[in-house]
Amino acid sequence: MPEITLRINGNNRKADVSPETPLLWVLRDTLQLTGTKYGCGAGLCGVCTVQVDGEAVRSCSTPVSQVAGKSITTVEGLSGNGLHPLEQAWIAEQVPQCGYCQTGQIMAAAALLVKNPQPSDDQITQAMTGIICRCGTYDRIRKAIHRAAGSGGAR
Amino acid sequence: MSPISRRDFLAVGAAAGAGLVIGFYLPHGSASTFAPNAFLRITPDGKITIVVARSEMGQGVHTSLPMILAEELEADWKHITIEQAGANPTLYGDQQTGSSASLRISWDPLRKAGAAAREMLISAAALEWRVPRSGCAAENSFVVHAASNRRLSYGRLAAKAAALPIPVAPPLKDAKDFKLVGKPVPRLDGPSKVDGTAIFGIDLRLPGMKYAVLARCPVIGGTVTRFDDQESKKISGVGFVGKTGDSAVAVVADSVWGAMEGRRVLNVTWDEGTNKDLNSAAMYDLLKKSASNKAATLYSRGDVSKVAGKRIQAAYQTPLMAQAPMEPGNCTAHFRGSNCEIWGPLQWPPDVRDAVAKAVGLDLDQVKINVTLLGGGFGRRLDHDYAVEAALVSKAANVPIKVIWTREDDMRFSSYRPASYHVMSGVLDGRGWPLAFSHRIVEPSINGQKGFPGPSPDIDADLPDESSLIYSLPNALVEYVMTVTPVTPGFMRSVYGMETAFASESFIDELATVAGKDPLELRLHLLAKDEEIKFFDTTWKTARMRGVLQMAAEKAGWEKPLPTGRYHGIACFGCFGTYMAEVVEISMENDQPRVHRVVGAIDCGQVVNPNILDQQIQGAVIFALTNALRAQITIEKGRVVQGNFDDYPPIRMNEAPVVEAYFVPSAEAPTGAGEPPVPPLAPALCNAIYAATKKRIRALPILS
Ligand code: FES
Ligand code: FES
Repeated sequence: MPEITLRINGNNRKADVSPETPLLWVLRDTLQLTGTKYGCGAGLCGVCTVQVDGEAVRSCSTPVSQVAGKSITTVEGLSGNGLHPLEQAWIAEQVPQCGYCQTGQIMAAAALLVKNPQPSDDQITQAMTGIICRCGTYDRIRKAIHRAAGSGGAR
Repeated sequence: MSPISRRDFLAVGAAAGAGLVIGFYLPHGSASTFAPNAFLRITPDGKITIVVARSEMGQGVHTSLPMILAEELEADWKHITIEQAGANPTLYGDQQTGSSASLRISWDPLRKAGAAAREMLISAAALEWRVPRSGCAAENSFVVHAASNRRLSYGRLAAKAAALPIPVAPPLKDAKDFKLVGKPVPRLDGPSKVDGTAIFGIDLRLPGMKYAVLARCPVIGGTVTRFDDQESKKISGVGFVGKTGDSAVAVVADSVWGAMEGRRVLNVTWDEGTNKDLNSAAMYDLLKKSASNKAATLYSRGDVSKVAGKRIQAAYQTPLMAQAPMEPGNCTAHFRGSNCEIWGPLQWPPDVRDAVAKAVGLDLDQVKINVTLLGGGFGRRLDHDYAVEAALVSKAANVPIKVIWTREDDMRFSSYRPASYHVMSGVLDGRGWPLAFSHRIVEPSINGQKGFPGPSPDIDADLPDESSLIYSLPNALVEYVMTVTPVTPGFMRSVYGMETAFASESFIDELATVAGKDPLELRLHLLAKDEEIKFFDTTWKTARMRGVLQMAAEKAGWEKPLPTGRYHGIACFGCFGTYMAEVVEISMENDQPRVHRVVGAIDCGQVVNPNILDQQIQGAVIFALTNALRAQITIEKGRVVQGNFDDYPPIRMNEAPVVEAYFVPSAEAPTGAGEPPVPPLAPALCNAIYAATKKRIRALPILS
């Protein structure tokens, strides 16, 4: 198998995997970056969300060969110290319950704020509806995004 | 070991918890470490470790339980670290994280554990200073002697305190002096859950570990006839392939993806067994037919058969549902010949230990259970199937194994909230007030089919707690017809409460409609008297139910006119010792309800952490909304039809209503909150739909 070089969180990492392997499993098993989660494996739940060149991407449905040479950011690379405005807002609003979906939620929210630093309620809903939270933390997710954006909590 | 039911476990757990209140065990003790009980250790460096013997599945026990102990200990919250206990029923009682019981069961033992330690630290300081104990006080991880302005840290006192006798009945703090309990203390598990460092079962990694994905017979109860692994072995990284039990074949590989691919091309011939023609319609028929079987009485008052008046009758039905926690099933095992160790997201560690020991042929003390974080539980992880599989595959493949279930596996091979059927009957007097109310529940026994006996052979162990009728009715009857279906029944958030409340609280509204009365007025009429209502071992108080109902109605503005196009419904229910009322506000869009706002009021005794309580109510309401609107598992040809979040779609942000949670102030001991907000949602929503459309929904899901 040809080795694939990936640019992850600013570093070059090599993975010796078949090219159709989903990025999710390369991150989790090969590179041991387990902050990115498996929820459905079918592009339906969004808990596997990472950023590829700044776009929110579902890593479970992305063959690793497609992202070779692109810049991949996982939750581990978002701030590296837990101090990203979204991470801080997530704590301030006490969002996580079980926490399993939250890294995917945060990565989707981060991609949203890059494009739209002051999202409205509707824009938040549109960007975040792809990520399921079985613990029902949606209301606090919305508040946390507003807080991080400094865009107030107006509904 | 003889099987013990969940409810027995609760009782045993409480007793065992109380028994070890203080100090019969010194599991972590050493000369310089102060460990007066199995929940606490203080080291000379001042570090305070509190052991949590319940599983963290989102409900916040890694924060709320330590708060209780730290409160009595007068510990500085900044000094607290927590440790997750493995399976150790001798030390910690049942350790089943379910029945919304963690606070209810732990409140007393943890308070006493903290208080005893505090008293010992005070005694140690008094001895050190040679002053009377009465002049010393504990605060913020120090003992202070005000008269001489001296203070000593808990760390400095640890060794001395460890040598002192443990008080049997330490004084407990007055609620008005609480500094932590009742405050919205941020969750200790928050940071690791936002930066990705939290370790869930699926994330845990052992040296040399391999991954296993299992092919299971798609037909319930079917078995493996033979398999051919030629194609699987061609997949890079696939090693061992072999049978696990009678009904599954495990494919082991170096990576999850390799194991999944290996399973995809595995060739298995199944013996589909006796259920290959089973379908949902036949299941509902069976429930309906069983309704006229002999029933067991859960609650009886007056005599419903002797009441004359206007009689109203209806039947209700609910489908099979899957818990579908966000983290799919998984467990890690290392079988080492003479012992076996398990790591996993487990709700009931001692039960896992028993099941694994039996499956791999070891003694109980040769099996060690470690509990990771749980990516949701909702009752699904009370089962031990993942762990037994992991242990068996590790034994067969002779390496540490992580078994992973795909989402489709999780959806199709779960243990499900059973389908249920309810026969309702009510009688109104001349003025429209209810004279009689009967509810006959027809449903499989979850505990019974798992081998856990109930109060009698014909009553499920959970049901009495989740079928209560907390109204002053002149005549009332709640009955149960136990049925058996081939589908494995499982525990799911609020267990029987969801379906019994859907039937009884919808039907109360039907009575109100016939009587021409406001649904709130009718309920308050039935709660007007202060009364105690005894359902088996739980004593309910009408006053507390009235309290939550009035609070929810007031906060929701029940009496005020709604904006055009908006409608509301109300419902209340009690389970797990907690009282809950909800008002649901909707509009109808294209004949479908859109839920805008849910106002919930809870009385769960003393609130330990309002931040976490609010989370639990928000979460349970959203969970219940999925249940009510469209959660439905169907069976065709013996197979579960649904497979992923496309055909079993949970509520997402675009459908999530605003949820407002209010707490009735109470000094009673805390009861649970993870489940009680689930049951009122479906009936309150259906009552709102009736208000909007004059259509009564008697079968879930609403959007079927
Ligand atoms: S795991 Fe990728 S979308 Fe669900
Ligand atoms: S916090 Fe549990 S799934 Fe979102």
